[in-house]
Order: sequence, then structure tokens, then C-alpha cells
Amino acid sequence: MLGSYPIDGKFGKYGGKYIPETLAPAIEELESAYEKYKNDPDFQNELSYYLTEYAGRPTPLYFAKNLTRHLGGAKIYLKREDLLHGGAHKINNTLGQALLAKKMGKKRIIAETGAGQHGVGTAIACAVLGLSAEIFMGAKDFERQKLNVFRMELLGARVYPVKSGSKTLKDAINEAIRDWIANVKTTYYLIGSAVGPHPYPMMVRDFQSVIGREIKQQIWEIEGTMPNALVACVGGGSNAIGSFYTFLDNKDVVLYGVEAGGKGINSGKHSASLAAGSEGILHGMFTCILQDECGQVVETHSISAGLDYPGVGPEHAMLKELKRARYAASTDQEAIEGFLALSRFEGIIPALEPSHAISYAMKLAEEMKKDDIIVVTLSGRGDKDVEIVQDYLNKNNTKKKTKNAK
Amino acid sequence: MQNRIAEKFRELAEKGESALICYVVAGYPDTGTSKQVINALVNGGADIIEVGIPFSDPIADGPTIQAASNAALRKGMTPEKALHLVSNVRKQHPSLPLFAMTYSNILVRAGIEKFMSESKQSGLDGFILPDMPIEEADIYSLTASKLDLATVFLVSPNTPEARLRKIVASTTGFIYVVSVYGITGARNSFQKYTLDTIRAVKQVSGAKVPVAVGFGISTPAHVKSIIAAGAEAVIIGSAVINKMSDESGKKMLEDLRNFARSMKKACKNE
Ligand SMILES: Cc1ncc(COP(=O)(O)O)c(C=O)c1O
Repeated sequence: MLGSYPIDGKFGKYGGKYIPETLAPAIEELESAYEKYKNDPDFQNELSYYLTEYAGRPTPLYFAKNLTRHLGGAKIYLKREDLLHGGAHKINNTLGQALLAKKMGKKRIIAETGAGQHGVGTAIACAVLGLSAEIFMGAKDFERQKLNVFRMELLGARVYPVKSGSKTLKDAINEAIRDWIANVKTTYYLIGSAVGPHPYPMMVRDFQSVIGREIKQQIWEIEGTMPNALVACVGGGSNAIGSFYTFLDNKDVVLYGVEAGGKGINSGKHSASLAAGSEGILHGMFTCILQDECGQVVETHSISAGLDYPGVGPEHAMLKELKRARYAASTDQEAIEGFLALSRFEGIIPALEPSHAISYAMKLAEEMKKDDIIVVTLSGRGDKDVEIVQDYLNKNNTKKKTKNAK
Repeated sequence: MQNRIAEKFRELAEKGESALICYVVAGYPDTGTSKQVINALVNGGADIIEVGIPFSDPIADGPTIQAASNAALRKGMTPEKALHLVSNVRKQHPSLPLFAMTYSNILVRAGIEKFMSESKQSGLDGFILPDMPIEEADIYSLTASKLDLATVFLVSPNTPEARLRKIVASTTGFIYVVSVYGITGARNSFQKYTLDTIRAVKQVSGAKVPVAVGFGISTPAHVKSIIAAGAEAVIIGSAVINKMSDESGKKMLEDLRNFARSMKKACKNE
């Protein structure tokens, strides 16, 4: 049973808890609290209440008929996580963990954020549950994403720019871990993806697996069958594992995780840890990471901040090794094409992260039969990205013009 | 060789002294100066040297060591060059216990057995890996024991006694007591819980392995209070690096020697 992992904190050989000793008791406390509340009906009812009444679950499974007709291949369905409060799947996890923290009696929540999506998700959950939120954000991202910083502050969070290392997401995680070590008794670390030391990858997966459970039920109601393929983007891997988990033992459902190919895998400027990484230890887990031959973690690139991470959740590393899931990469350019297509054909502006999945699903649909079914997890909405896309298009149009002028 | 470590602690115990362990970042301020830095510390009285092999994501380190590690990486320091530095130091100091302090990924990337056996050949005596808890340490510990390299595990003020016993059982070099809730970095004072932790650890470790205390120690007064609580060694890291940041050349080396001397005096309770 693939669904029974992790076993002893490991997904096959991946996962584990490579953490400083000070965190060992805190991780143990977290493990036993999670074990207790996972099966506690009161906890589950309360979480379910917030997910339904506050966040907007269940989300629709929408048949993208215009896009499907245009491509002329398999039917494409969209799992509309973009319609959730906050605009992304992130809130499934932040509500779950914040509620757990509250039950554990921890009033101070810390979190990392890249561009600000998880920071905003954390700030929202803490505001509604009456917890205090402090967010670590790489100094570079802090500068680039001023509006998201303000958004978090509006929601009552404090945001700290992290000036160490490459000043981006991975350093924000490092700094959150350091803060946790210093304030271990009072503080709950609310990690933003299915990454980090055990039990985080399992816990985040469990909180996100509501996505896949709903897909299974909805597609059954609409089509009376299982989908042929699921497609989801992979940064740390939380929306993807949340979509896949319920289907792991349905071997006929092909699972595709789509990473950020950036400027192309061969350019070295990408964030495709599974497609182009190697085994290593980062942020407390043994997984696939992007590193040099000496074991130093390298800088990554993606047009979408949410995929710009040099590691990936250990469960994906296992699923890749077992060939249960397939992992591909879409480039920046391909993601932009997916973004434009969904905006024009369906009137849905997707976030750049799931645009990678859309682009891949479009290619897949063309190769599949007309009555095949693909479900794409639309993990977030694209309002946050319109400026980036505008810049990208302006730059590319300029290039085209100069080419034409010659 | 674990003998060098045991021999050193035996020799110091006879003299009624505690051990002064100094941490340096390989390649900081630059590769050439690293060896002179180690020599200055040893001349000043350092009994054991920890060579930090810089890693891009040092989650247990504060700003001082982060900055030094980054600077070393920018100047091209690699694990291989760090081992080369170790072998140079070894030639000059045949009986000096030498540890590598680094993060697990440095070993995992090269292959644990391969890297540890190269370390052994370069003259290293043992390892300190702050992100390698006992649960994950099977292969590491087995390899260390095959190669006669010492393992150092860390203990924190919040480590429960049952766990402490397991850690002591897994340790072959010395127990590294993390003095505070926090990461590395010089501190102004210690609280009572630090001294309580040292006493509690010493109760369990007994005669099996020596107890060293690190994180935040920066003055002779700190050293004295920690030794009075029962520690057999003090580890000075960030405070050593702070002595290097705004001085260079001869003056810096002189400062380092004097600093080590003042800390060693405190280790002798002078
Ligand atoms: C909309 C959206 N999708 C996907 C991701 C990637 O994260 P994960 O791989 O954990 O789902 C992010 C991260 O910020 C995001 O904001």
C-alpha cells in the first residue's frame, strides 16, 4: 500500500529528520500532538467547519470545455483551488496547522514565505484563530513583493526580511528554523509545503489531501469513472501530493508532477529538483535537491516564485523512484503560454505556478484519446502575477520587434 | 585517531586543567591564512581544533559563522580543500586532536564512507554534525567506528534524560552540550539553566566521555563558570571569528594568540 507511507518517518529512503538536537523534543511533541488530533472528531469537525464556512470548500471541479475543444484531445477538468479564500490551496494547510498549534497551546506562529503566498495564508489563519504570526521572508523577495508584505501586515503579521545567504525562500526557511531553535518552548513553526523534517511532509500532505478526495468524488459524480491522469505543479510539492495521495493505490490513474523548467533544464536556470537534482539533505529532510558537486545548495530560477525552491518533498522523491508518479518540467515560456490560454479560453487567470501544469496538460491532452480525462489542479489564482506576465510579454515583444526590424 | 583525543583529555586531567577547543572556518579569512589562524590558536593554548567545513545552509549557526562560511565559500573553499588544510595542520601538529564540524549533506553528497575515509587519511580524528541526530546516525556511526573516527553528538538544555542516555551511549568523542536555546553566536551572559544542564549531563556521562560546552562562550568569566559546573572542555567559535573580522595579518594573529591564552588561563582556573 503506497498510501501507508511514511514508515518510521521515512518515504522509502527519503525523508527523516536531520535536525539540530534542540528541535528533537519539539518534533516529538508535534508528532504526538498530531497523532492525537488526527483522529480526534472534535478537531476534525472544527477544521472542517473552517474549511467549509471560511475557506470555501469544497471547490468545484470544472470541465474546461473551450480549452478541451480547442485542443481537440482528452477532456480537461480543473480542480478550482484558486477559488479558495486567499486565492490558493495554501489555506488548506495553514488552517490545519494553525488549529493544531492552538490545540497544542502555542500562541506564537512563525512561517517562511517566498513571494508571500504562504505568508499571507499563515497570516489569514492566525488572524481568524487569534494567534500571533511572524513571517520570515528573504530580503530580495521582501523588496520585490512589497505589496504582499503590506498584505501580511494588514492581516496582523510581522514580516522580517532575511539578509543571510541568497536572501530568498531557502534562507527564509533557514531563518525560521533558527528562530524555532531559539524559541522552541513557545513557538510553532508552520511550514508551507510538504517539506522539512518528519512529521511535516506527512502532516502537510494529510491537510492537502482534501483536494484529491474531492476530485475522486466529483469526477465519479460527473463522469462515473476515474480520471486517466492527474496533473499538478510541484514546488515543494504540497498541492501535487494533496491531489495524488488518494489515488496512489489506483494504479490506472497516471500522476504527473510538473516542476519549473525556468529557462530550460540545460541552462542551469531552473528549479527542477526531481528532473535535474541529486540526493541530499536540506531543511531537515533527505530528498532530491539542486546542489553542486561539493554539496552546496545552488540558486534556482523560475518565473513563478512559488516553484522557486531547490528541494522537493520526500514523498515525491519516493514516488519518482518507484515510478508511481512521473515528473516533467515546463519552462517559463511554456508557463506563460498556459497562463494566456486559460485566461483567453476559459476566462480564468491562473497563478503562474499551476500555469506550468496547465501547459503540460495541454500537450498531454493532444496526445490522448477524446474520451480520456485529465484533471489539472489549479492551485491558485493569477492576480498576484499579472504584472510579472505583463513585464515578460513586453520584454519578449521588444525582442520580436528588434528581430523584425533587422 | 580516537587515541589522540583520549590522550589529550587524560593529560589535561592529570594537570587539573580543562580543554580549550577552538573553532575555525576553513578558508576564512582565506585559505592561506586558515593554517596560520590555527597555529596562532594552538600557540596561545588551544588543546583541540574544530575545522568548520562551510555549508551553504548552516541552520544551527548565527550571523557570525554564517558570514564567515559564506565568505569562505565565495573564495572557493570546498570540502576537499578543507581536508587538504587538515592534512597540512596534521603534519605540523602530530598529536593535536582535530575535528571537522560540518553539516550532514557535505558527507552525504560525497558518499559517507568515501568522505569519512578521506578525512581519516587527511589526519582528522572525528566529526561534529549539528544536523545529525542519533535517529539518523546508523551508517555514520558504523563508518566512524570502522575507521576509528570519533563521533560527537549534541545535547541541548531541553534534552530529556532518557534521550540523553541514548546520546551518551552513541558518543565516542565528547558530548557537545549546547549551552543555550539558540544558535551559535557570542553572548553576554549565561543563565542558571545552562549550568544546571551541564551538571545533569555530567551526572549521566560520568567517566564514559568528556563533556564540552559550546555556543555563546566569549569571555574568561564564562569559561570559569562553565568549568565550575563540571565541564571538561569549552568550545569557542563565534568569539574566535569576531577577533578576525576587522583585523588582518600579523596583528590579527597576535590578537588570536592572546585571546586563546586568556581563555586557556581560565581553563586552568588561573
Ligand atoms: C498557487 C501556488 N501553487 C503552487 C505553489 C507551490 O507549492 P506546492 O508545490 O507546495 O504546492 C505555490 C507556492 O507558493 C502557490 O502559491
